[in-house]
Amino acid sequence: MQIKSLKGLMIPLLSVIAGFLVGAIVMLIFGYDPLQNYINLFIGSLGDIYSIGETLRNMTPLILTALGFAVASKAGFFNIGGPGQYLFGWFGGISFALAFPHLPGLILIIGSLLCGAILGGIWSMIAGVLRAYFGTSEVITTIMLNYISLYFINYAIRSWLAKKGNDSSPNIVAKASLNTPFLKSITNNSTFNWGFFIALVVVVLVWLYFNKTNSGFEIKAVGINETASRYAGVNVKQTIIVAMLISGLLAGLGGAIDGLGNFQNISVSNNLPDVGFNGMAVALLASENPFGIIFAALLFSALQIGGLSISVYSNTPSEIVDIVIASIIFFVGIKYLFEWLLAKKRHHAQTKLSEGGR
Amino acid sequence: MSFSTVLMTVFSTTLIYAAPLIFTALGGAFSEHSGIVNVGLEGMMIVGAFSSTVFNLFCAKIFGAATPWISLLIGAVFGLLFSLLHAVATINFRADHIISGTVLNMLAPALCVFLTRIFYNGKGQTPIIDQSMGTFTFPGLSKIPLLGKMLFTHTSLVAYLAIIVGIIGWYFLYRTNIGLRLRSVGENPVAADTLGINVAEYRYLGVLISGFLGGIGGAVMAQSITLNFSVSTISGQGFMSLAAMIFGKWNPLGATAAAIFFGLAQSLPIIGGYVPFLAHVNSVWFQIAPYAITIVVLVIFLGKAVAPAADGQNYIKSK
Repeated sequence: MQIKSLKGLMIPLLSVIAGFLVGAIVMLIFGYDPLQNYINLFIGSLGDIYSIGETLRNMTPLILTALGFAVASKAGFFNIGGPGQYLFGWFGGISFALAFPHLPGLILIIGSLLCGAILGGIWSMIAGVLRAYFGTSEVITTIMLNYISLYFINYAIRSWLAKKGNDSSPNIVAKASLNTPFLKSITNNSTFNWGFFIALVVVVLVWLYFNKTNSGFEIKAVGINETASRYAGVNVKQTIIVAMLISGLLAGLGGAIDGLGNFQNISVSNNLPDVGFNGMAVALLASENPFGIIFAALLFSALQIGGLSISVYSNTPSEIVDIVIASIIFFVGIKYLFEWLLAKKRHHAQTKLSEGGR
Repeated sequence: MSFSTVLMTVFSTTLIYAAPLIFTALGGAFSEHSGIVNVGLEGMMIVGAFSSTVFNLFCAKIFGAATPWISLLIGAVFGLLFSLLHAVATINFRADHIISGTVLNMLAPALCVFLTRIFYNGKGQTPIIDQSMGTFTFPGLSKIPLLGKMLFTHTSLVAYLAIIVGIIGWYFLYRTNIGLRLRSVGENPVAADTLGINVAEYRYLGVLISGFLGGIGGAVMAQSITLNFSVSTISGQGFMSLAAMIFGKWNPLGATAAAIFFGLAQSLPIIGGYVPFLAHVNSVWFQIAPYAITIVVLVIFLGKAVAPAADGQNYIKSK
């Protein structure tokens, strides 16, 4: 058991180190100073209270989209629909806040967050229903649903939310914002907002759900062996749909929190939001462990926020951090390589030991 | 505008938009028939678009009007090199195909925009290329009444090339030894291995062909449509190609036809203004159509095993 959990930490750690090495090599090839850049990156992400606020704020949607990916993944499904579900959540949150500006603050915020989460959930549930009743691959449907949501939401913003000819909705009222003056004042006017604490609570809830409830157990069971679960009396179809619904609720909540806490409005976008895919990366690095997701999200968020300052202090393009992130996930993906190397090393050590005994 | 001019515009715009999708969808078919799921087509297209654009900008003076065509080859080569990552990860290191493909999609824009900033003074996009792929009028064929004007005047030569590649691809996969072996590896790797077919070798072949064709697809996009490279040069075309491949039931001819259909859907917002009954339809429905149709098609073909049987499964040889 101890060895297993140690190995569980070993592969993410080795992947992170290898990813940073790849980044350093790329920087060296093009004549940039990796050490200085990594130091700038660290200072830019965690060096002062403002940067910490930004990093924590940027972490929030990452945690939630990662949790969403993890829930579907536990049930054995690859939900690549995070970006679309996040978009629907963002759209739902802002739409509610714009539609009912006269509600009292707390109710307005809860309503907006729920509206966003539910839209994200329903959007993701489409893929769940198709999977449960028609056996349609959720990988393909969620990819397709991503692009449908991108174009549909752009259309919806232009025709329902924005003023004629505009590409952004108006801003939400101040009382709907999660970025309160108090949090601003303690973080030197960063965009740090209450969403962060909501995300932490959700992490605990997801952990409890998987470890303390029947429904969570059923999701895991279906993920491990669908046929066996069916014989054991689990309603597999319903479990699939529930898993995809929760997955989308979480990603949608991430979008709604980003809308209310960070953007304060919603704009037309040309591409799918990166946060959806990065959330997937976070979950993969954390091996889908809810608490691991917090640390993985912190790492990726710090990379992204620090990446902004890389290009301020040197002429290194900030895309280097995306190269590092992609490399880390590449190494997580080829974990067999590490397992093989570790096994070889252990084997080597054992032969040495037996040789020494002789 | 006369009726035949409208038809000509519809056909040529459709083909221009279909060409990148055809190449890439064919690439996807090769990879998946060998058993390697390829959601990384988007990344391969990005690499193809970037490398072809950079080559074009550097070498347009040397090669003149031939530059865009040579650029396609350059895009193909770099697409192939990039796809090696996917091949190594999935075939040698047993990575999950979806994770590996997603890494390609994350890595490609990061790497290409990084390099763009280095080559072009910190800017996130390249200048516009001087030598681009224009339209082409077939000598002789264009003289055929009506059809000549519709299909062979001011049209996309590279799209016709893509269709020919589609036909060759079908012949290769279904009628040649190598093609049949490649498919056997994607259907039943254990049986193929027992018969002495090197599973890893054929899977490499499948993935590298997909990188080659995906690279061309991206290059065509850059050389004939966007005319430069930026992060938004390829925005979903790789996934649309994947959709075309599925819509075409993994068959190169079907994928080609589906890609042409999606090309039509993409060109409708542009030509909609000329076509009276389409002018009032909001372009969002044309944008959504290819993706929605794919889902519907997938649902309708329920239960029918159209994908290669061992698609997405790593082959771990027992000792």
